[in-house]
Amino acid sequence: MQKITREQLIDQASELLANGTVSTVLGWGAGEFGYDVTPTLFKTAEEMQNGFVFNDFCGANFSKYLVSKTKTLEGKLLVFLKPCDTYSFNQLLTEHRFDREKVYVVGIPCEGMADIAKVKEISGEGISSIASDGDRIVVTTLYADAPVKIDARNVLAERCIHCKSKKHVAYDTLLGEEGDVVASARFDEVTRLESMTPDERFAFWQNELSKCIRCNACRDACPACTCETCVFDNPKSGVENKSPSNSFEEQMFHIIRAFHVAGRCTDCGECARVCPQNIPLHLLNRKFIKDINTFYGEYQAGAEVGSRSPLTDYTTEDLEPSEIFVGRNEHA
Amino acid sequence: MQRVGVFVCWCGSNIAGTVDVQAVSEALKNEPGVVFSANYQYMCSQAGQEMIKTAVKEHHLTGIVVCSCSPRMHEATFRKTAVAAGLNPYMVEIANIREQCSWVHKDVTAGTEKAIILGKAAIAKVNLNTPLTPGESPVTKRALVIGGGIAGIQTALDIADAGFPVDVVEKQPTIGGKMAQLDKTFPTLDCAACILTPKMVDVAQNDKIRIFSYSEVTDVRGFVGNFDVTIKKKARFVKEDVCTGCGACVEKCPMKKIPNEFNLGMDNRHAIYIPFAQAVPKVATIDPDACNMLKNGKCGICSKVCAAGAIDYKQKDEIIEETYGAIVVATGFNPISMEKFDEYAYSQSKDVITSLEFERLTNAAGPTAGMLVRPSDGKHPHTLVFVQCVGSRCESCAEKGKEYCSKICCMYTAKHAMLTRDKYPDTEVYVFYVDVRTPGKNFDEFYRRAVEEYGVKYVKGMVGKIVPEGDKLKVQASDLIANKQLHLDADLVVLAAAIEPDHSARPLATMLTASMDTNDFFTEAHPKLRPVESPTAGVFLSGTCQGPKDIPETVSQAGAAASKVIGLLVKDKLTGNPCVAIANELTCNGCSSCERVCPYGAISYLDKEFRMPDRTTKIRRVASVNPAVCQGCGACTVACPSGAMDLNGFMNNQIMAEVDAICK
Amino acid sequence: MQVTEYKPLIVAFCCNWCSYAGADLAGNNRLAYPADVKIIRVPCSCRVNPTFILRAFQRGADGVIICGCHPGDCHYTSGNYYTRRRMATLFSMLDFLGIERERTRVEWVSAAEGAKFAATMNEFAQKVAALGENKRLEDLRCKK
Repeated sequence: MQKITREQLIDQASELLANGTVSTVLGWGAGEFGYDVTPTLFKTAEEMQNGFVFNDFCGANFSKYLVSKTKTLEGKLLVFLKPCDTYSFNQLLTEHRFDREKVYVVGIPCEGMADIAKVKEISGEGISSIASDGDRIVVTTLYADAPVKIDARNVLAERCIHCKSKKHVAYDTLLGEEGDVVASARFDEVTRLESMTPDERFAFWQNELSKCIRCNACRDACPACTCETCVFDNPKSGVENKSPSNSFEEQMFHIIRAFHVAGRCTDCGECARVCPQNIPLHLLNRKFIKDINTFYGEYQAGAEVGSRSPLTDYTTEDLEPSEIFVGRNEHA
Repeated sequence: MQRVGVFVCWCGSNIAGTVDVQAVSEALKNEPGVVFSANYQYMCSQAGQEMIKTAVKEHHLTGIVVCSCSPRMHEATFRKTAVAAGLNPYMVEIANIREQCSWVHKDVTAGTEKAIILGKAAIAKVNLNTPLTPGESPVTKRALVIGGGIAGIQTALDIADAGFPVDVVEKQPTIGGKMAQLDKTFPTLDCAACILTPKMVDVAQNDKIRIFSYSEVTDVRGFVGNFDVTIKKKARFVKEDVCTGCGACVEKCPMKKIPNEFNLGMDNRHAIYIPFAQAVPKVATIDPDACNMLKNGKCGICSKVCAAGAIDYKQKDEIIEETYGAIVVATGFNPISMEKFDEYAYSQSKDVITSLEFERLTNAAGPTAGMLVRPSDGKHPHTLVFVQCVGSRCESCAEKGKEYCSKICCMYTAKHAMLTRDKYPDTEVYVFYVDVRTPGKNFDEFYRRAVEEYGVKYVKGMVGKIVPEGDKLKVQASDLIANKQLHLDADLVVLAAAIEPDHSARPLATMLTASMDTNDFFTEAHPKLRPVESPTAGVFLSGTCQGPKDIPETVSQAGAAASKVIGLLVKDKLTGNPCVAIANELTCNGCSSCERVCPYGAISYLDKEFRMPDRTTKIRRVASVNPAVCQGCGACTVACPSGAMDLNGFMNNQIMAEVDAICK
Repeated sequence: MQVTEYKPLIVAFCCNWCSYAGADLAGNNRLAYPADVKIIRVPCSCRVNPTFILRAFQRGADGVIICGCHPGDCHYTSGNYYTRRRMATLFSMLDFLGIERERTRVEWVSAAEGAKFAATMNEFAQKVAALGENKRLEDLRCKK
């Protein structure tokens, strides 16, 4: 379904490797399964020919990897960034998390990535191979006689259905055409929850958060979570905890995590993508984003390098905490 | 483990009346860390303090908890006691069991229970206390004043009077500022030049004061006591120490059609010029944009006529680096641009002028030698209309004007109107106003004189439109009291333009990490109690850079700022508050969240090399708090996502220990 | 048989310069409020970390109130403005998770407002008492 092809990406990267602009390429490599692509470093065009993958499952946001990878590499690192990834890229630059000079960004257009859970709902388990064929994803499973053909638009990841921007806010070279910020209905689900009664909301979240196994995948994939030591891992922080041993700790972890990234979260959706329990964690972040937009004016983290997060800013006329619920539509 | 002593005060019956003090000291005996617990009638008394000292000695106490009145009352007392007993003063915690317990709760059981819990919280906290020592930093005994108007002049003179060297940086070729452009001053009507120029001379002659005119501050580093400042002295192509100010060069300069800034463009000056006769320093300056010699190497007349040989066409900008203990901002104001106020025809008619232009027009040293004439045709005006609040108090027109009151316009307009009527009794003078604001000594009397003695016609209402027609200005206005529309044929219209901070203030504030309000006025450390200090330690505010002010107010604020500077410079060392933020370098990301919320600019970043467990080294950007600048609010501690920022005296684990003790 | 009335536990974070002094003034004027309110002194309301609030609830607090200087009067110029944004967003999030919104509150109390401090605490304690025990953010292991 992607308009850009694997070959185009390899050509672009090979050229930059060949002329010495970059020394290494951060791209997607084949994982254990076809849908299971994994971030990989490539040093040569040959390595890319052999191991580079680009398909509808290349959702991973590479910007976070730059923090650790640029520290040890010699020369420039080429990174492929989709529009949504570039926001995280800018936000990390705002926070001085890596040296811009050490990175060469190739912006790539994105038509939306597929959610493997949705694919499996249609194809069933036991996927042995997966391939793209125009707008369709062709899935072969161990149990079905014939390959299943799925329209890629029907299995879009949640964050891609509600894509907020096709615009690259940072790049050195852009493949394809410059896109635009697009209107999305990404806050609809938050609004739906807000209109529930507090009891219903509590029940909803208790049900969702009780699934948490504290694997920390959400934190580890989050491009805003780049702390040297996370407070939850730091015995000296006083809030260290490693397992969700009861409902409080489930809530504690997710509230604090969302609060720590509030104003810095670009809504890239990695947290929800990587959650093995399919907890809609992005809703917590989106709640903060929606509130910040409503209370303090529209703000998109990462849209500009160096912008000031609304939670580290103020005006003298800000809303009082007692006023935030005034006039809110809600079932009594 | 701490060895804590608990001292429960009766405060006579103030505490003991509602709280069973015996039960409290008994209950707290078994808390972790506590090795001694007692109660006494008056802990703050000599005997009470002796009891604490003895207990420290006998029980080898390392921490003290006093359950007594509010820490706002006696924390300092008990800290001194601790020091006398050989402990660090910050090893004392107070449980407030009087104001926040015995005095507000009537029930003895409930009061006693709460007192025990508050005591437990204080013990939990003191168990985590560490000795704190305030940092010390030296003070460079030299002050910098930025801006050489009346505010900067007065501040510099007062500081120099106390014996400290002062440097004044002024971006214009001369000091004097706006006051030098004024004619008379309200409410006494003495001439501005007569009271200002002697002060300018005082500055020039004071051996403690250096004037850097035609100069700008380009960089500020460091902090209170030690600011490293870079000053760019722009090339004026005239050797300042050689020029005698005779003016021969000016007379002979062939480029004589340059709009004269000092007279607001109402007449012309030469390419080489001295802004006005009493300029300090009285030296010529060559305008590089106008001088033929500098532009294309043709001319050189000034050099030929200069007997002193002061002209130097090859002069370069000079960079001066100096260290200062304190910085005073006195950057002043400007009238706002009238371009957007088309309804008043400012850009269409030369006879619509601003009040500052009116000052020049009536000034004996001005373009008309003090004759009030219409700029368009040089004729004597008969009907004058003054319009108040042009761009001031302009809530609905934020893109044009300012929301605030410019404060000085009511008074100077009364002055202009009165002086006009005094000198030219044949004139008719109208003043259109929204309100007349005259709070100030002898201000209202002054305004009433304008109306009652001089017959100035004050009309409450705004001017809606001014249309030039023939040699008249058709003024349409409303009279709100008579409730009718007025149509006047005016010869001259004077607009009381709002004032705004000088445009150099914003970049300067960034350099100084001093905060500003949305109107670009510098903010005070406290609007009531610290009005001449900026929240950034060591940076002080003088004059209109802080808000609209008249001359008397500016001068008193200038003196106040000077006294604050002197108070700082007399110290050899600055002792800080040890309850400041500290960054844990091992967990800090260098993300800058803390820096953004710090109101004092106390946080900076450095690239630091860390040795990793695998023996490699890694360079990371980490935050570093300057304890001399940090005031200990703690805003950074919450902004920090990684918990690397903490606050001495109110550490995360201490507050959490208190929470735990209270909620247990 | 003695019937014990339910008493909520309320933690009040008070800034040193205004609200803590306001609480002292309430004391000076002998203005009563429930003994269930326990005050923790912080230099500025902006020192209050959301973790402190959650920690209080975890350990059994039924309500948490943060008091600071009135906007514009902060001893540190801007601290309470940050508090205002942080707490508005945090409280909105707690509400989003279904936590009763009456359990959290921010109030600006100046050093001259002893009466306001006492009245605020009385009112807040009453509201929290009406809600009953905090069940949604509790940690059963921390219960007695």
